[in-house]
Amino acid sequence: MNNISFTRAENIEGAIKKANNKQGKVKFIGGGTNLLDLMKYRVENPDHLIDINELKLSKIESTEVGGLLLGATVTNADTAYHEEVEQRYPLLSKAMLAAASTQLRNMATNGGNLLQRTRCYYFYDTSTPCNKREPGSGCSALEGFNRIHAILGESEHCIASHPSDMAVALAALDATVKVTGEEEGHRSIPILEFHRLPGDTPHIETNLKDGELITGIELPKKGFPEHYAYIKVRDRPSYAFALVSVAAALELDGEEITDIRIALGGVAHKPWRKPEVEKEYYGKKASRENFEALAEKLIEGATGYGDNDFKIPLAKKTIVRALTEAIEK
Amino acid sequence: MEVPKHPETIPLELNINGETVELDISAWTTLLDALREHLQLTGTKKGCDHGQCGACTVLVNGKHINSCFTLAAMQTNKEITTIEGLANGENLHPVQDAFIEHDAFQCGYCTPGQICATVGLLNMKKGNTPEEIRDLMSGNICRCGAYANIYKVVEEMKEKGTEGTTSI
Repeated sequence: MNNISFTRAENIEGAIKKANNKQGKVKFIGGGTNLLDLMKYRVENPDHLIDINELKLSKIESTEVGGLLLGATVTNADTAYHEEVEQRYPLLSKAMLAAASTQLRNMATNGGNLLQRTRCYYFYDTSTPCNKREPGSGCSALEGFNRIHAILGESEHCIASHPSDMAVALAALDATVKVTGEEEGHRSIPILEFHRLPGDTPHIETNLKDGELITGIELPKKGFPEHYAYIKVRDRPSYAFALVSVAAALELDGEEITDIRIALGGVAHKPWRKPEVEKEYYGKKASRENFEALAEKLIEGATGYGDNDFKIPLAKKTIVRALTEAIEK
Repeated sequence: MEVPKHPETIPLELNINGETVELDISAWTTLLDALREHLQLTGTKKGCDHGQCGACTVLVNGKHINSCFTLAAMQTNKEITTIEGLANGENLHPVQDAFIEHDAFQCGYCTPGQICATVGLLNMKKGNTPEEIRDLMSGNICRCGAYANIYKVVEEMKEKGTEGTTSI
């Protein structure tokens, strides 16, 4: 790793001030499970690390509107096993427990989970071109080995996929990311607007501004505890990133769909969701035919790059399977 | 913009296996390197150094983590337990005894990590079915392939209600 300075922030204002006052590249560090890995590979080369674990962001608490606020530095394990998360938002708990290993979940934080970087091999390999790591250098995955790469929303500059499971469940649940910074103070970013598609700036992955800190993730009241499914298709049954994952959540009135959410992981630069397509299915029957038609529309326009062609039929089938599992619950 | 040169070392105090130790090390030293290179606690192993193999697993406040993926400087004010801290004098921890009893290792390189992960599972009170045990132990790789006997240990510890190190 490169020569860094390390400081521990004692409060939120202090952390933001420290980040703004330092010369050179500054990173907040929570669990560190992705950042330190990238620093060892010299993909991330900060000059300063600011430890945010002492900030008072380590609680899970109820919100005034009946939701739940997940502190930014609560670990993924403590979140997934939290009684209210398990009971009211089992989709989130299930997705989080499908991610990483027990050791990593014991360290990785909620804020850090959202900010983890892609596992594209070329992004990690500093000897190859990568527009995300080195803007303007080119994309090695386009014509390289691209089995784990995106089929939706990608660009000619980047076909990397987002690796998080947690973010996929949060997208289905319409969570909100709470952030705070020096210029704009506190603000809330809907999860679907938090991550960006690559376009011609694949190195800019979120709509966080410089020096802004994630303080928490707010879950709305509605948690879909009755009809939900998280299906993660991967190369081995544990401790592997998703090739395709589907978070499905439904509300039913008899056989009629009154609310339906489908978010996909492993297929795009961000959790993939199309609320406008979902709305067309309100009032329709929760049937296999409708699920298949819906899957077709969600994957519309998907492009394969050779090694990842299989993801197109796989995504469709996994959507139908997840919806079927959700209504059978 | 010129970045000021950082001091080569910073003073740290860590609590390891019930003892307070003082260190003067680079800020970017991982907990794993602090243990092995500065404190000669070489029971904790370096396998991949990238959080993939679990050989470096230690317990922090009773929870098991990859010591290669955290800085020593982030672990002050915590209780760190390594494989060296599990036995009580000459008396091995029940999980250590069970690893011998069940012949749950071959070369032994992954064993300290496997044992700390097992203790961590007992602390968490998780791993209530054989499937769950296999899932929750997937962060520890054994290239000799002693998995069958490792899982026998974990299953037996769960059946007997063995205590880990602490309740969390």
